[in-house]
Amino acid sequence: MHTNTDGEKPKPEQQERTTMDVLVEVRDLKKYFAITEGIIFERRIGYIKAVDGLSFQIKQGETLGLVGESGCGKTTAGHTILQLYRPTEGQVLFEGQDLSAMDGEELRRMRRRMMIIFQDPYASLDPRMKVEDLIGEPLEIHGVMHGKEKRERVKELLDIVGLNPYFIKRYAHELSGGQRQRIGVARALALNPDFIVCDEPVSALDVSIQAQILNLLERLQDEFNLTYLFIAHDLSVVRHISDRVAVMYLGKIMELAGWKEIYENPLHPYTKALVSAIPLPDPKMEKRRERIILSGSVPTPSNPPSGCVFHTRCPNKLGPQCTRHVPSLSDAGESHFVACHRLSRQ
Amino acid sequence: MSPLLEVKNLTTRFHTREGVVHAVNGISYELEEGETLGIVGESGSGKSVSVLSLMRLIPEPPGRIEEGQVIFEGRDLLQASKEEIRHIRGNNIAMVFQDPMTSLNPVLTIGRHLREPLQLHLGMSETEARARSVELLELVGIPGAEERLDDFPHQFSGGMRQRVMIAMGLACNPQILIADEPTTGLDVTIEAQITELVERLQEELGMAVIWITHDLAVVARLADRVAVMYAGHIMEKAEVEQLYEDPRHPYTLGLLGSIPRLDEARKEWLTPIAGLPPDLTDIPPGCPFRPRCPYAIQKCDEERPPLIETHTLDHQSACWRWEEVQRDLKEAGEVAEASSDAYRE
Repeated sequence: MHTNTDGEKPKPEQQERTTMDVLVEVRDLKKYFAITEGIIFERRIGYIKAVDGLSFQIKQGETLGLVGESGCGKTTAGHTILQLYRPTEGQVLFEGQDLSAMDGEELRRMRRRMMIIFQDPYASLDPRMKVEDLIGEPLEIHGVMHGKEKRERVKELLDIVGLNPYFIKRYAHELSGGQRQRIGVARALALNPDFIVCDEPVSALDVSIQAQILNLLERLQDEFNLTYLFIAHDLSVVRHISDRVAVMYLGKIMELAGWKEIYENPLHPYTKALVSAIPLPDPKMEKRRERIILSGSVPTPSNPPSGCVFHTRCPNKLGPQCTRHVPSLSDAGESHFVACHRLSRQ
Repeated sequence: MSPLLEVKNLTTRFHTREGVVHAVNGISYELEEGETLGIVGESGSGKSVSVLSLMRLIPEPPGRIEEGQVIFEGRDLLQASKEEIRHIRGNNIAMVFQDPMTSLNPVLTIGRHLREPLQLHLGMSETEARARSVELLELVGIPGAEERLDDFPHQFSGGMRQRVMIAMGLACNPQILIADEPTTGLDVTIEAQITELVERLQEELGMAVIWITHDLAVVARLADRVAVMYAGHIMEKAEVEQLYEDPRHPYTLGLLGSIPRLDEARKEWLTPIAGLPPDLTDIPPGCPFRPRCPYAIQKCDEERPPLIETHTLDHQSACWRWEEVQRDLKEAGEVAEASSDAYRE
């Protein structure tokens, strides 16, 4: 068992190689939201620890899947990485430059290279804006293109995402969910970014439409050498699209490994339960399959359990070790990282 | 023996300013005692409207049940008086709705929600109803049931609220429980808790269940038979294993092929069904799936295929070319393969 704790620095020659192709690196990222009481004399009575110490790297051209149940902090993590929320602690390195230390114009320039696709295409597009303005807005804001040139670029983008250029005069409310999400994708592509956070991009769509958007995202990744952080709660979708997968629970990463490893050889009890709970579209297999049913629900992030945050629901709890000490995300071999005392003990 | 519930040619439309919405277009199915029928469809397929219609819960106007019969215990529910249907709802047929966050009244306690049907339908006294409420909460696995009766819905988590909804549905020992997307919006681990609960209750209480969902995977586990809906029509209906292994409608084949599946090797590309579902105010004549169907021929434009028996008993398909679908599937060997062959652009 190799124990590579978070603080340990990689060896120099290793560092040389990894910084070459790592696009985004997150180091001990934390985002706490203050809970306040009182109106005039507002005082803090606690924190919601939405993201509580994430560390991972995303390589150039890779898709990292980030999965977890509602309230685990996966969306907050995505927003904090893009500096839409400023982190409470920790760093986000983009090509080695620390975004969390940037401000103003410097950060604005970096923003062109990192985009986001939102979950709900009904809520994220202004129904009173025309498609031309929706897609063209980032070009305007960053002062890249105007007028006719911009219109041509919007038409080109519509074509890229598989919509007819004559949609340019339509309003968002005239479009179906799948078409709207294509607009969301086109908008994210407008400035030729390197990195896109896809925040549940298909969960509001119907099954037959989901596949269209997933294929589109994959095609664009190949075409424009994009790097994705793909946030979703649907584990089947994440398995389809990801190179590596990180499993989050209550603001922390429980397990991080290659997509095949996560699904075929999950090590963390939470990942095991999660994978076993996914229903399969196969009646014969479903009726035979043993599921691990977790009791209870996710505790509140304002008062997370001590020690391992999963211990209150864990079917393999060891005892005081789990209730008192926070397990670190350690290497279980073959780039498979897991935060569980049971595994680091062996 | 006649089935427990028989839906015949049910047709529901909504008369709106934008036109007539053809939500449910003459669907028929039976539900046997103790069985689970899954109704699968995407949004706008009419799956919810069809069960709301049989419970007579369609707001009129703009909705109207235009045609059909729903036979339950020898009576047509669509002809029953308001009094009779009120008695049947909750007592004989209970419904669990999709959104547990909004279907409970935030200003009433959980106990009050549970007591109401008991006092109303079974004429229990307050004390009796309270005792029974505790039993019901225990039945659906809510710890500390006694104390939790005085809590309000906001003090319960989503999964717990859905349990309360199920407990309310079970209050009067219904013969039929209709669950309308009861796990949509819940996390997978909570979804697993709820489906396990319904399976257990069904075994203990012997009720029949109609489970409505957009998720093909959820019904694979729960259902005995499955009906697939599209644009207000039933496209295919079969015993569950038949439907997943040997689909005989291009739409079912396409659906099964378009989802990423954990139980199969990862594919580089998914094979989506191209295009969009039809506008329900303007369904063209012929087969509603025709514009998206790789099997479509001239005839599909002209004449709508009825839901007919295929070679296997109780396996029905509404497709003129179901035999070709079956033949291609046999050649391809498996559903995913056949689907990607058919739907490849």
